[in-house]
Amino acid sequence: MEYIALQLFNGLVNGSFYALLSLGLAVIFGVLRVVNFAHGALYMLGAFAAYLLLQDFGVGFWPALVLAPIGIGIAGMVLERLLIRRLYGLDPLYNFLLTFGLTLMIQDGVRLRYGLQGQPYPAPAELAGSVSAGLVAYPAYRLFVIAFSIVVCVAVWYVIERTRLGMIVRAATERPELTRALGINVDRWVTPVFGFGVALAALGGVLAAPMRNVSPLMGSELIIFAFAVVVIGGMGSIAGAVVAGFLVGVLASLAAVFNPALENVVAFALMAIVLLVRPAGLFGSLEARS
Amino acid sequence: MKRAIAGSLVALLLSAACGGGTGAGPSGGTVTLTDGKLVIAVINDQSGVYADLSGKNAVEAVKMAVEDFKAKYGDNALGGSVEVLTADHQNKADVAQQKAQEFYERSYADLILDVPTSSAALAIADVAKAQKKLYINVTAATTDLTGKSCNKYTFHYAYDTYMLAQGTGITVTQQGGKSWYIIYPNYAFGQDMEKSFRQAVIAAGGNVIQSDGSPFPNTTGDFSSLLLKAGQLKPQVLGAMQAGGDLVNVVKQYNEFKLKDQNIKLAVGLLFDTDITALGQDALAGTVYTTPWLWNMDEQSKTFADKFLKRTGIRPTFAHAGNYSAAWQYMEAIRRAGSDDADAVVKQLEGYKFSDFFIRNGFVRPEDHWVQHDALIAQVKPKSEAKETFDYSKVVSTIAAEKASRPLSEAGCSMSK
Repeated sequence: MEYIALQLFNGLVNGSFYALLSLGLAVIFGVLRVVNFAHGALYMLGAFAAYLLLQDFGVGFWPALVLAPIGIGIAGMVLERLLIRRLYGLDPLYNFLLTFGLTLMIQDGVRLRYGLQGQPYPAPAELAGSVSAGLVAYPAYRLFVIAFSIVVCVAVWYVIERTRLGMIVRAATERPELTRALGINVDRWVTPVFGFGVALAALGGVLAAPMRNVSPLMGSELIIFAFAVVVIGGMGSIAGAVVAGFLVGVLASLAAVFNPALENVVAFALMAIVLLVRPAGLFGSLEARS
Repeated sequence: MKRAIAGSLVALLLSAACGGGTGAGPSGGTVTLTDGKLVIAVINDQSGVYADLSGKNAVEAVKMAVEDFKAKYGDNALGGSVEVLTADHQNKADVAQQKAQEFYERSYADLILDVPTSSAALAIADVAKAQKKLYINVTAATTDLTGKSCNKYTFHYAYDTYMLAQGTGITVTQQGGKSWYIIYPNYAFGQDMEKSFRQAVIAAGGNVIQSDGSPFPNTTGDFSSLLLKAGQLKPQVLGAMQAGGDLVNVVKQYNEFKLKDQNIKLAVGLLFDTDITALGQDALAGTVYTTPWLWNMDEQSKTFADKFLKRTGIRPTFAHAGNYSAAWQYMEAIRRAGSDDADAVVKQLEGYKFSDFFIRNGFVRPEDHWVQHDALIAQVKPKSEAKETFDYSKVVSTIAAEKASRPLSEAGCSMSK
């Protein structure tokens, strides 16, 4: 029983990363209608930013948790202004190709400088300990990751669902023309929203740095899962992305108890089932997609 | 026979056409290249988890060997120009197979070198057999290269899972780690490692409680479910057979869950210097592992390592050194044979006894083409003992070549001549 409970915690940790990544994807898709394939690379940049802050400037984990997402978020806004913006009018495929190309460039750029093998990054001293949990000592840092991601997800949901700013963003998502007609400058919000989504990815990266190998490819595999999560939750649905993220994390970890090979399959099996039964995703409405 | 004569006739004509492609050897013999030039193709992972431990720098090592060889025996040492080609197999068996085919057929490659990732390595063994061209594998670990998939043109040079298990598996078990839980990446390499370690542990009087395969490639980089299982099974030793980036994640999470404090010792199947770089030396300090070579093991190795550092900016892993050594020994065999004809070179390699900076007490077993040589038991030093950035490990003991090699009776290799 204890063992299963601990595996559940593992699932929540993995789910935290899925949730943060797909939350960013969902926000971006909701407002910009852009499937941001570069999201995984930006997540990786978040981890590298934390590593560089520590290595070159002696800036620790806590400041990095704020600085890295802001820095990468600003870089994301520059990307949006310079490149992504130019393709809005075209077939979504163009943006897909662009962001995929960006992914390759970012990954290889980092690889050129740091190699593939990865860089060490310690957990912050305050969380280096562990909580006794019977079978094993459960790392305090992992518990922090779960708690912190939940707080971030709830905060994002609150901003989008309960504030005026969120109302504008939602209105712009569902009826851009009508929102414009009401005198709201929709375009003004596009760039910051993209930056915000990117910052969420970078935040995930910083959180991952003490647990995972900080390497140029760390985001490339994860992003596939994040896409599956977004589809399960419903394209563009904020709550859907978060719930599906944690759900996939937990199910995958439990599946691994029975057979480790199942871990990678669960997300896609779930996606297939959801697409068959509820094509708009668990929380999606077909209308919002059109 | 007819074929050989025809081959050498063609070679003669070609070399005449190219303005004579023969060189004088030290014994006064000459080397005749079958197609006017020697082509060595290095196929490995240049973009994935194994790119740092061999990758582009392994290609550099082969180029170094060619340059040094010419410096020693003169520019015309091999009777023509030497070309080094390279391709990225992305750790995929089908890509590896296709590249090998292309190199042998269209680029007239005489030798394929390196090839990490066991599944890809085995795929190329089949191509070498069909094409009747040489293939010296350096960085893959599977014993099947000299077992099920052995053939006349395939040689296995640096290490295999048997060697690793004989070293680490037996040493750790004899030191009191009797019960093992083994986790391995679920593909050819990992399955072979699991089998070899299981045998070695049992032979040394230990037992394997359970073993589990982890997905390869592991998309999430997460091994926590397996590590928790280790916490539940409470073995004395957790045997981690993952390699490269996967191993880094396992060790990172092993430390995170503090399994050491539960008296679960970590034994690592395969460790490269590049893994130690990624983890930080202290995260692995004290870990005992088996390796065919360390750059700081003696003066002649250091001399090579200094040259390599100057060229690439890093100290060589054993894969880098192994590729240099294999390329060198191949070229030596060509000089002995007086030709780069695959059958002639195979004849020179089989039964050959040699030592160089990488291989000690080397012997190319004619029966299965395993290149038998000494192995090392090494231990990672704490950072406080390191004299420079890459000074990671020290030699604990040496395993004699015969002991580090799988007995022929177990190899199951039948090679049609």
